[in-house]
Amino acid sequence: MKSFTQVKGIAAPMDRANVDTDMIIPKNFLKSIKRTGFGKNLFDELRYLDEGLPDQDCSGRPLNEEFPLNFPRYQGASILLARENFGCGSSREHAPWALDDYGFRAVIAPSYADIFFNNSFKNGLLPIILSAEIVEQLFQEMYATEGYELDIDLEAQTVTTPSGESFGFEVDEFRKHCLLNGLDDIGLTLQEADAIREYEVRRKQQAPWLFGAIQPE
Amino acid sequence: MAGKTLYDKLWDAHLVKERDDGSALIYIDRHIIHEVTTPQAFEGLRMAGRKPWRVDSILATPDHNVPTTQKERASGVDGIEDPVSKIQVQTLDDNCDEFGIVEFKINDKRQGIVHVIGPETGACLPGMTIVCGDSHTATNGALGALAHGIGTSEVEHVMATQCLVAKKMKNLLIKVDGELGEGVTSKDVVLAIIGEIGTAGGTGYAMEFGGQVFRDMSMEGRMTVCNMAIEAGARAGMVAVDDTTIEYVKGRTYAPSGDQWEAAVADWKQLVSDDDAVFDKVVEIDGASIKPQVSWGTSPEMVLPVDAAVPNPAEENDPVKKSGIERALEYMGLEAGQKITDISVDRVFIGSCTNSRIEDVRAAAEVAKGRQVADSVIQAMVVPGSGQVKAQAEAEGLDKILLEAGFEWREPGCSMCLAMNADKLGNGEHCASTSNRNFEGRQGYGGRTHLVSPAMAAAAAIAGHFVDVRDL
Repeated sequence: MKSFTQVKGIAAPMDRANVDTDMIIPKNFLKSIKRTGFGKNLFDELRYLDEGLPDQDCSGRPLNEEFPLNFPRYQGASILLARENFGCGSSREHAPWALDDYGFRAVIAPSYADIFFNNSFKNGLLPIILSAEIVEQLFQEMYATEGYELDIDLEAQTVTTPSGESFGFEVDEFRKHCLLNGLDDIGLTLQEADAIREYEVRRKQQAPWLFGAIQPE
Repeated sequence: MAGKTLYDKLWDAHLVKERDDGSALIYIDRHIIHEVTTPQAFEGLRMAGRKPWRVDSILATPDHNVPTTQKERASGVDGIEDPVSKIQVQTLDDNCDEFGIVEFKINDKRQGIVHVIGPETGACLPGMTIVCGDSHTATNGALGALAHGIGTSEVEHVMATQCLVAKKMKNLLIKVDGELGEGVTSKDVVLAIIGEIGTAGGTGYAMEFGGQVFRDMSMEGRMTVCNMAIEAGARAGMVAVDDTTIEYVKGRTYAPSGDQWEAAVADWKQLVSDDDAVFDKVVEIDGASIKPQVSWGTSPEMVLPVDAAVPNPAEENDPVKKSGIERALEYMGLEAGQKITDISVDRVFIGSCTNSRIEDVRAAAEVAKGRQVADSVIQAMVVPGSGQVKAQAEAEGLDKILLEAGFEWREPGCSMCLAMNADKLGNGEHCASTSNRNFEGRQGYGGRTHLVSPAMAAAAAIAGHFVDVRDL
């Protein structure tokens, strides 16, 4: 996994509550068997005026000029500002893959859906929680200032605005450690292989039916 | 010391190791996989030279992409007309063959929607931890299990280690007491719950459904309810074990038998929240007050009783909510104050992991019997959740009733719930759907979804618009 330490970049808006993962990456693009290439279809149904197809070259498609991510001022954005319950719905990890592939490194919102929140950390995408009041303030400042950049420091757990105002955020210690160092979760868990085997031996005695094998008929 | 909730018990029984930072390793008993969220996980295993920790804990089936017409299904994977879908289904077959995983392939009579085949084969049992790369995995919580959806990285993690890195959730009890009125189903109950607590009301919680209404409910009904826990934000939904649970599990293919059955039953009877268990939050709803529900907007919380009218954004003070209502009305092509029963229906979809079990097909057939789908309805389809449901329905003659009424009777799969296969809505079309999500574009580009119960969907098909099934 790629590491995350510090990101300074343009913030772009996704100014509505309950953005679902179907909206982030519609199902037609989930047919890919790869992890990459989803960026061009991020927010596809909002970003383009036509219906997108998998594997399509999107460079010639008609853009929805009213969708903020198509505004010149938000080009190259790496931080997405969003509202309550971002990433709700489907568990598709294609959502953080698409955000990452587009170029976002962090999302800032008052709250997230659990599965999206979890999936983001596995892909070096940092979902930051700030209060609804602070998020509202950032939205207003962003709208008022073209080229509005935020500076995110994971080690210090701060988001700093262009005026130098700084907001602290909480992050789970284990996830922070993994993100800072780009650590592979599986490798870490496999260090506990003995504990897993011990659990299996003990549990099999207590409840053997839980170990019923799925076998071909 | 206070007693334990059902979730506390399931968590404690599966705890492999607690870390100092509050995260934990949880042992996973059953892993169900499908074609959409696994190819990248298998690729990860291959690249790292890893193999599944317990290959016989995994059961695979393709469901999201499979066609549901007999014509396209006749020649199996080769018959899938969409080349991209075909590659994905073929990739699941190849990965399962390579890693030695049992798969109910496309035309296996046991194939079906992951969350339907898990319980019906006994692969998913009470007391298990169950995961699948699909947010509706909570369906299995109806068995008194800890079941939830995971992302693809976690699919790879569980395959490689048999564990999930997790943090304990908080406990939420949704208590619905009283008796449901006639014509009011499990789907109406869960839609009413989501309407009450909102789409993020259960975020961070494991949600237990308790009270008389759930005790009286069939297993199929409990599965419908737990299925939609995620639509209220909760990763896991569950119902305590009782005689209904045990009767349901008995005799299923992968369920224990003989002495092991007796021991298992004794163990499963403990899978209830203790009387003195403490929940972090309790929501109480009067079951008798619930009416048949219809969603009007683009989030499952945008739902109302069938006799209500579409809301007026002018009456909402919160600016974010207000603009949400305005946007939803525009997308759905509805007017503020319009009566729900005045909304016409272009297509009807009865199916999905929420409502494609035998009881759902029976409910649809009961309404359809002796009636005809309205001429204004372009298509009304019934898609059974599995080969087993299909066979059972045909044995009961339900397919004939539905066909005679003008419904289509399809092959099992996820179908128009998320329209990854050929079954989709046209731009601007309204659909009475028994699925779980009414998000923009979910059932097809520009499609307009209204979530309802199977009986309400069948009634809408007959009338050509929403009607109160109790008035039929």
